[in-house]
Amino acid sequence: MLGFSSKQLIGVGVFLFVIFIGVPLVIGATGRWDFFFTLTSVALLAIASAGVWLTFYIGRINIGQGAFALIGAYVSAILVVKAGWSFWISLPAAGLFAAVVAVLIGLPILRLRGVYFAMITLVLTQVVTLTALALPITNGAKGISNIPLPSGLSIFGIPLIPDFGSMENTKLAFYLTACVLMVVTYAALYRLVNSRLGHLCRSMQQNEELASSIGVNIAYIRIVIFAISSFFGGIGGAMFGSIAQSVYPSTFVVADSVNFMLNCFLGGLGYVFGPMLGTLVLYFGWDLLFEIGKYQMLVYSMILIAVIRFLPNGLLSVRFGKGDKK
Amino acid sequence: MSPLIQVKNVTKKYGGLTANNDISFDVSENEILSVIGPNGAGKSTLFKMISSFTPTTSGEVIYRGERISNLKPHIVARKGVVRTFQETTIFKSMTVRESVVVAQHLRAKASLAGYFWGSKTAQEDVSAFGKYADELLEFLGMSEISNEQASNLPQGSLRALGIAIGLATDPKVLLLDEPFAGMNHDETMNMVNLVRSVRDERGVTVMLVEHDMPAVMNISDRIVVLNFGEKIAEGTPSEIQNNEKVIEAYLGSVDDEIGM
Repeated sequence: MLGFSSKQLIGVGVFLFVIFIGVPLVIGATGRWDFFFTLTSVALLAIASAGVWLTFYIGRINIGQGAFALIGAYVSAILVVKAGWSFWISLPAAGLFAAVVAVLIGLPILRLRGVYFAMITLVLTQVVTLTALALPITNGAKGISNIPLPSGLSIFGIPLIPDFGSMENTKLAFYLTACVLMVVTYAALYRLVNSRLGHLCRSMQQNEELASSIGVNIAYIRIVIFAISSFFGGIGGAMFGSIAQSVYPSTFVVADSVNFMLNCFLGGLGYVFGPMLGTLVLYFGWDLLFEIGKYQMLVYSMILIAVIRFLPNGLLSVRFGKGDKK
Repeated sequence: MSPLIQVKNVTKKYGGLTANNDISFDVSENEILSVIGPNGAGKSTLFKMISSFTPTTSGEVIYRGERISNLKPHIVARKGVVRTFQETTIFKSMTVRESVVVAQHLRAKASLAGYFWGSKTAQEDVSAFGKYADELLEFLGMSEISNEQASNLPQGSLRALGIAIGLATDPKVLLLDEPFAGMNHDETMNMVNLVRSVRDERGVTVMLVEHDMPAVMNISDRIVVLNFGEKIAEGTPSEIQNNEKVIEAYLGSVDDEIGM
């Protein structure tokens, strides 16, 4: 079916079952409702990390995803609070706005390679933070708070999504929404990587000159990929803002951008689902180390260095062996 | 018959250094033309300008009546003028077959979105690419190594792979960058035959930059000789072999050698 092996289909089935049914059941039974928020965050951060992974796929180190997540969060918040849009319309709008910004920024900076591109993207997050502090529409340091919960969505009178405001348990609703978004993102990413566009990205990652000699418009593909990447960032950020019901200039900072990149490294750059696993492990790893107090950062960094040193192809390489299997 | 490619008064300056100075020559359809010259004569620069990998300082390159210099490389490739590189420029972590499949980019009929959704045209493309890749590798005698990772190939096969990638774009003109460098006599002869069959059986016009004189004399219909960025001679192999300027460029004049 669809070119998938039965083993892959079973894997996907088990995964979907676990996140949509298993996790809510376990949390319901144990009463650890706080885990919903943690897992929702993981799902949303995994969406943004998927974008970073995609820029890695064309051979660019992207440490600027925080900028696009912040842009997405603000665009959605402003559209909902000031323009009175439904959140569900503002979500794609936030992604598209981030993509447009990515095109404008990408045109000049995507010519750079290696560490030069990485350095510029590192600055982007700070630029967006400062811009948010300066612009009147973003309310400066006060940010935008009291964002209403997503309202219901119906098309032609058929209700598709219920009103979050009238729900008793918004945690579960947000968790399921984030999971749906994450699944759609990774399905799209998987499809993209295994279609012709993905093959062209691989050719560019390995040799841009040779790619252009076979007629690939490398400048165009770079822009398209960077826009898609930032779209994911914008979507993740917008959803995050809606859950927190507030956006501040410090909602996404440089450290978040670095984490998005680390998620990809940790999970494995050769695997589409690497960033998802990376986000989960990194997020929970950080939380678990909270117990050891002031040594948290020290131990955390040492573990990261060890993983990158001994598993340069990421955690998934343990399971799948070396090479770039998808 | 008007020439296929006309190089017209092409000049390239890097700051104060003149890499190519006022070079003009024509390439006819279906010929094998070699550009030779001592190291630093400006051969590679000339190739880069013909394939638009670098802009000309002045002058232009005309292909079928259209200017192809000072464009983007992928646009020139789309018009049918495709260059190959030296052996280190490959898709390292792809197999031979994958490289040849991806190199058929220009033959694609479906859009990138079509590939994403898996449209009918896209599926037809994918099977056509696979079929053509197998055909091409068979033609080049590379079927046995088609599933080999490119980074594991020996030098000779890498060059053949470079030519395979170039041919997969279905070019009208193929520019080969030192296809025989570092090869022993037998390997060179195989490659000479291969390049000839590319021209004879696929109707591809071939231009090559090369150092290996016996191979160049063997394969070329015509030869253009550069020295210090200037064209010093043009003609058939036998004309070039007896050209005094060429002999001087390669062996040095008596004065230069003895320093008198």
